[in-house]
Amino acid sequence: MSEKLLEIKDLYVSAGEKEILKGMNLSIGKGEVHVIMGPNGSGKTTTANAIFNHPEYQKIKGSISLEGEDITNSKTDEIARKGVFMSFQLPEEIPGVSVTNFLKYAKNKITGKNVKIFEFKNELQKNMDELGIPKEAVDRSLNVGFSGGEKKKNEILQMLMLNPKLAILDETDSGLDVDAIRTVSKGIQMYKNENNAVLIITHNTKILKSLKVDYVHILVDGKIVKTGSAALATEIENEGYAKYKG
Amino acid sequence: MSKSQIEDINRNIYDIKNEDNYDFKMKKGLTREIIEELSKQKNEPEWMKEFRLKALDVYESLELPTWGPDISELDMNDIATYVRPKSKLNSSWDDVPEDIKKTFDQLGIPDAEKESLAGVGAQYDSEVVYHSMKEELIQQGVIYTDMETAVREYPDVVKEHFMKCVPVYDHKFVALHGAVWSGGSFVYVPKGVKVDIPLQSYFRLNSPESGQFEHTLIIVDEGASLHFIEGCSAPKYNKVNLHAGCVELYVKDNAYLRYSTIENWSKNMFNLNTKKAIVGKNAKMEWVTGSFGSKISMLYPMSILNGENAKTEFTGISFAGKGQNLDNGFKVVHNAKNTSSLVNAKSISKDGGKCTYRSLVRITPNAGGSKSSVSCESLMLDDISISDTIPVNDIETDDVIFSHEAKIGKISDKTIFYLMSRGLSEEDAKAMIVRGFAYPISKELPVEYAVEMNNLINLELEGAIG
Ligand SMILES: Nc1ncnc2c1ncn2[C@@H]1O[C@H](COP(=O)(O)OP(=O)(O)OP(=O)(O)O)[C@@H](O)[C@H]1O
Ligand SMILES: [Mg+2]
Repeated sequence: MSEKLLEIKDLYVSAGEKEILKGMNLSIGKGEVHVIMGPNGSGKTTTANAIFNHPEYQKIKGSISLEGEDITNSKTDEIARKGVFMSFQLPEEIPGVSVTNFLKYAKNKITGKNVKIFEFKNELQKNMDELGIPKEAVDRSLNVGFSGGEKKKNEILQMLMLNPKLAILDETDSGLDVDAIRTVSKGIQMYKNENNAVLIITHNTKILKSLKVDYVHILVDGKIVKTGSAALATEIENEGYAKYKG
Repeated sequence: MSKSQIEDINRNIYDIKNEDNYDFKMKKGLTREIIEELSKQKNEPEWMKEFRLKALDVYESLELPTWGPDISELDMNDIATYVRPKSKLNSSWDDVPEDIKKTFDQLGIPDAEKESLAGVGAQYDSEVVYHSMKEELIQQGVIYTDMETAVREYPDVVKEHFMKCVPVYDHKFVALHGAVWSGGSFVYVPKGVKVDIPLQSYFRLNSPESGQFEHTLIIVDEGASLHFIEGCSAPKYNKVNLHAGCVELYVKDNAYLRYSTIENWSKNMFNLNTKKAIVGKNAKMEWVTGSFGSKISMLYPMSILNGENAKTEFTGISFAGKGQNLDNGFKVVHNAKNTSSLVNAKSISKDGGKCTYRSLVRITPNAGGSKSSVSCESLMLDDISISDTIPVNDIETDDVIFSHEAKIGKISDKTIFYLMSRGLSEEDAKAMIVRGFAYPISKELPVEYAVEMNNLINLELEGAIG
């Protein structure tokens, strides 16, 4: 058994009156690739938000820990600095802040020290080349006027630059063309090593093809109802969730 | 710790105050005797003294404006109008007195010069105390001096232009300015001369109960070009304070002028400044303005497009915090064929601060083929702050393309969450969003001013924590 990275225990989460997560359990070890699949509205994005202690979601019960440290009530930015990253289903636009400046600033915050400009630029260039992001793109305002696919690629670029311990990818593959899905997959492979982990939220098995997936979890109505190997994803793709609902 | 205490601490960097140290201070209130005394002090020619006295009459005959922010708190009799610092005009930094130097040092003037800015004219209280200009500019015939010297040494040019662009009848504070003006910059760029490094003037108020009435007169002759930067930052006082400066810009045919300003007044200031440009044929006038501080600001730079194909652009931002009412905007008169104006105005308000964008676009019947595009955008950092837009559009011909767009926005919680998930604290996230909002203005400023503006934004924002 590998070393524990993230541990969610019996988590109940509500937004206002609405109960969303109802006894969620999830355990991710270092070096692992996990996949969460589940019907629309089952609580996948909420799980990611809850890990980041999003202020809109109240934790009614349960706990979340990172490398054994309780982060249930830590602030979002502290959790990020402890090494959690999330690729957003809908990334936000920040007018007037270039991708480069944003990444430099975020990296300073995450690492707690000022990046060395030369190294930073090289690393950025290398990652952009790998992801096929054009040079000019990083001088543009973050996500402003980016196409859906460009936004997703930019999330992967951020993941590579910020190099978290745990990367949560919320439907990063949705709305991407075939080549872009391959690019995102490549980005994940570049990032992945035996000390970090990925949690992929997806409706699609395509992105999983070139990845070595360790666990697939089926989330229905706020709970994990089944955990299996990569084969489970294919089963869902063929048969849907009917078997696991109600 | 209470909010106001934190604000005080945060402003310390800019609120540097020297002990009152001047050899002459006017009696409170305004009389003909005071004006005569002032003129004598300045060793002025008779015509200027007469001009001042005439302006005083106009001042007395005009009423306070009945629109805009309430300025009744301003007691005109309580303002000592003339404060002269101990130092005389210096051409070398070494000769500037120590305490004055310290203040300027903290404002970064020598650094700015080091970075090869063309010249530094710094106004301390009402007189220019430090002044220098690069040799090569002098050889090209560029004149850059303080206004008093210009009155004495270039009487013909001054007489022809002084308060012709902004006549004393414009409003009460312009008339007051005409009567008591003191200090400021004079620039003349001869025909065809392109000044390729920015000229800058730096002045600040440093005396309780004193008004500042500096006069800036810039003439960019035909085919010439210039970038002039005015920066000011004032220390804080408890007493009401008035700034009623006047800026007159003449951009002759085929000339180019960019006038950039960063204003950071202490939070008790009434900033009632008047700025106007007359723009000739094929000429271009660009305004870049960052307006910070002050209690009340009424500031509406104006371009009069008098020649065919004349163009103007206005890019400005205002930031109003607690207790501030910034009534700023831009005015343009299209008075010739095929003229164009482009306005990009932004405002930020927080802690109950109020920002109003008040504008005038007038297109006269002889300005066919003209274009005007106005965009104003405001960002409110909380629910108690106020933002307003009061545009007056007076379009007297059909042959124009005109557009006006206004947007009011707030910082969304989603955006803050996104940035916090990248390791930024809530304050860092807000500051980043606000700096991004201001970027279209800061990118137009020379880098050291852009940095100062970002610092001011950070200081203003930090005041909100508590
Ligand atoms: N802030 C909120 N307030 C109220 N209800 C919410 C809130 N956030 C999420 N919900 C609801 O909780 C449920 C789960 O939402 P969530 O976004 O986690 O679903 P999801 O599994 O990511 O779905 P999808 O596959 O469509 O992305 C949905 O019914 C959603 O409407
Ligand atoms: Mg979702």
